[in-house]
Amino acid sequence: MKKLELYFHIPFCVRKCLYCDFLSAPAAEETKDAYMEALLQEIRGRAETYREYLVDTVFIGGGTPSVVNALWIERLLETVYQCFSVSEKAEISIEVNPGTVDGEKLYRYFAAGVNRLSIGLQSANDEELKGLGRIHSWQEFLETYRLAVEAGFCNINVDIMSALPGQSTDSYCLTLEKVLKLTPQPAHISAYSLIVEEGTPFAEMDKKGALQLPDEECERQMYKRTEEMLKRHGYERYEISNYAKEGYACRHNCGYWRRVEYAGFGIGAASLVDNKRFQNGRSLADYLANPLGCRGHIQELSEKEQMEEFLFLGLRMTEGVEENGFWDAFGKTLTEVYGAVIEKNIADGLLEYRNPEADRGRRLVLTERGLDISNYVMAQFLFD
Amino acid sequence: MSSVEQSKIRNFCIVAHIDHGKSTLADRIIEKTGLLTSREMQAQVLDNMDLERERGITIKAQAVRTVYHAKDGEEYIFNLIDTPGHVDFNYEVSRSLAACDGAILVVDAAQGIEAQTLANVYLALDHDLDVFPVINKIDLPSADPQRVIEEIEDVIGIEAQDAPLISAKNGIGIDEVLEQIVKKIPAPKGNPDNPLQALIFDSLYDSYKGVIIFCRIMEGTVKKGTTIRMMATGAKADVVEVGYFGAGQFIPCEELSAGMVGYITASIKNVKDTAVGDTVTDDNNPCAEALPGYKKVQSMVYCGLYPADGAKYPDLRDALEKLQLNDASLHYEPETSIALGFGFRCGFLGLLHLEIIQERLEREYNLDLVTTAPGVVYKVHKTNGEVIELTNPSNLPDPSEIEYMEEPIVSAEIMVTSEYIGPIMELCQERRGRYLGMEYIEGTRALLKYELPLNEIIYDFFDALKSRSRGYASFDYDIKGYEQASLVKLDILINREEVDALSFIVHADSAYERGRKMCEKLKEEIPRHLFEIPIQAAVGGKIIARETVKAMRKDVLAKCYGGDITRKKKLLEKQKEGKKRMRQIGSVEIPQKAFMSVLKLDDKK
Repeated sequence: MKKLELYFHIPFCVRKCLYCDFLSAPAAEETKDAYMEALLQEIRGRAETYREYLVDTVFIGGGTPSVVNALWIERLLETVYQCFSVSEKAEISIEVNPGTVDGEKLYRYFAAGVNRLSIGLQSANDEELKGLGRIHSWQEFLETYRLAVEAGFCNINVDIMSALPGQSTDSYCLTLEKVLKLTPQPAHISAYSLIVEEGTPFAEMDKKGALQLPDEECERQMYKRTEEMLKRHGYERYEISNYAKEGYACRHNCGYWRRVEYAGFGIGAASLVDNKRFQNGRSLADYLANPLGCRGHIQELSEKEQMEEFLFLGLRMTEGVEENGFWDAFGKTLTEVYGAVIEKNIADGLLEYRNPEADRGRRLVLTERGLDISNYVMAQFLFD
Repeated sequence: MSSVEQSKIRNFCIVAHIDHGKSTLADRIIEKTGLLTSREMQAQVLDNMDLERERGITIKAQAVRTVYHAKDGEEYIFNLIDTPGHVDFNYEVSRSLAACDGAILVVDAAQGIEAQTLANVYLALDHDLDVFPVINKIDLPSADPQRVIEEIEDVIGIEAQDAPLISAKNGIGIDEVLEQIVKKIPAPKGNPDNPLQALIFDSLYDSYKGVIIFCRIMEGTVKKGTTIRMMATGAKADVVEVGYFGAGQFIPCEELSAGMVGYITASIKNVKDTAVGDTVTDDNNPCAEALPGYKKVQSMVYCGLYPADGAKYPDLRDALEKLQLNDASLHYEPETSIALGFGFRCGFLGLLHLEIIQERLEREYNLDLVTTAPGVVYKVHKTNGEVIELTNPSNLPDPSEIEYMEEPIVSAEIMVTSEYIGPIMELCQERRGRYLGMEYIEGTRALLKYELPLNEIIYDFFDALKSRSRGYASFDYDIKGYEQASLVKLDILINREEVDALSFIVHADSAYERGRKMCEKLKEEIPRHLFEIPIQAAVGGKIIARETVKAMRKDVLAKCYGGDITRKKKLLEKQKEGKKRMRQIGSVEIPQKAFMSVLKLDDKK
């Protein structure tokens, strides 16, 4: 059976963070209930299409999925088990934020089958948290983390952010240190650098010069320090911004980079099935009126587009792309399609071949410098 | 049938400050009048007009003839001649005015007289035109027509008490304007039986008819078969057709006689033969002398035009050829740049003319262009006695071979209200102006006279003038001649390589300042590369300024979810697209617009 990943979008939160450009907003309880009901309808309505697939990962994301009643998460997973063939070893993740969960809620998630928890911390400095518009303090995070461990979770991710307004390298490293002192240490750490997105309050503040963002040099330093410190504690950087202890890389996210097929449910959720990318509409009202009538933006990927994706997605992972994998997918060698680009970037010190393995062939990976300027490299893999 | 009585003809133009409603009024006049006299209606033209329609020839909105049925029961022919509104085309404006007998002055009822109002009125009065005022936009809440009327009488000194109060936009008061055109604009003079004497005020190339001459007949008569001669260029041709300007069409007629405005075609192949300002006469019965005011049009500003894609060079050549058919003031010759490859050195009347041509090439001919910094024509006196006219800085001989250099100087007149005299004088000083004098026109208005180097005014002088006087200064200039000056060639080195297309000539005293600003500007324009790029300005091999484009450090999309993949692809595509608009010089990619950056150096406002 073909592998499938499922994504469920819960577009609600307590309050919008100042940097957030995700499809998410606070809402009344009745709205949340109506949405969750619609979501279950969409799952039931579409599941038939995916009869041939075995679900390998489930990701409940948002927003803050933990703002809806725990009952809804239980019913969601029940429905998934009813409607899909789900692998016994499936990775089932949910995103939570401190301040929106208690011991009972976490325990109910665990009992319902959730085996991976992703906690949004962002910073261990309360001033910085306030600056981001987060709803919680460092103390509240500690409490959530402790409760999560008590509930039985051993695969926990902690999200942190660098390059925050007013943040120094020292202050950032302090966050890292504090996270590494958690007991047990989190299995996974996502360390993003802040991107000021159009349309967010941060973008407005930035235009007015009200955001004191660290300079480029400082930002680079934070990135380097992340890698060094986490490496020392046994984390491997397996993707541009993701670090994990052995065996704990997020399978769901890796699926995106390896072009594993995935089906998204809920407003704005994207899918990749049969080399078609499509997305549900972003309107909540439309979705509530007809949860099965919102699919749109269907884009059938040409072979060239698939090749482009193979490279610009695959290169996000430190394991890079396999020459043999390219051949298996397209019946052409990587060098016959991209030889010139690869050669140029190897000469510029941005790409390299690694680990010639007997059975799988060489892997093409970004060098450390290449990771820093990956967009520059990836853009070259697009065809004219 | 075309022998309209002279007393029933009115030749006029409309003058106004920008946005005071000149073109709206012109539209209303055309709407409110007819295209044909009642006699013409029944007679000849219809079939010819149909033919014209089929050919689909449209005329430049340069002149239009309409017929007005006045309250006195008579039919009048109105010839409304449009005038371009920029100092680059001052000469063309003056020729258009010379084709008129009167002018309507449009003044905004709220804003009153402004800088361009004055400049345009004085230009019209200089040509002995009878000017009558019209107060427009009286429906605006802030309109104060009485104040404006008084202002017109005080400042310009023309009668304004009975000025029509109108709203061109809403069609109020247009009838009164039409009546005043009849009453206040004099009928043309001239004798149809005298030898032919006609003023060319514009011309245009049509692939079917050849050159179409737009002219005003001052004396005599012209008809099909007349052998005409252009008195300045000497070109001769037999007239194929004469006619007048309908709205959007050429309408043939039998003859054009003294006082009339119309067109002549004579299978002329090149607009160069029909220079604006030249006099058309009958070769077999020539007039005694040409009309006054003819000037040979000279290119004042030169720049290099290169196709962004080298393979498009033939397309650029064809496009320039076609544009030149219609524009005698455009000059071009092939040149080669080390940095940019094959292109053309082109000559223009001024910077606006340059921009118009550049835009037409890009829009009408779908060409992607790289334009180098504009410059003027310098005279280089070499030690061996030879004198070169330098239009391309790259051709400057070695300094050891140069005895001295000369640059073009203009006499400029700037009209300004007294509160801005200080800032304007400061501006002229910065631009190496030589103060000649100042006259007060009225209590609050002064005329400043300066001599200025042309290369100091071609870029952005007009803009600087406007911004430092809050739009209240008007400016006119004439080329005075050449003067010796201490000039140097400023070279730009990118990644230690000299980029010939970025070199320009500058006064020695401003070389350092310009070099520094140029480096700063280029630093902004050139994107980061994998390596560090020094940008240097040099004079005679000596580096006078330097900036550095730092190496690319970070270009990464930290966060990327499943739903973001389409978005991420778009971002990468944009990045790739950006690279296409670059010009590779050595190992450095330079955005096309960087080559024009020298234009944007004087951004002090």
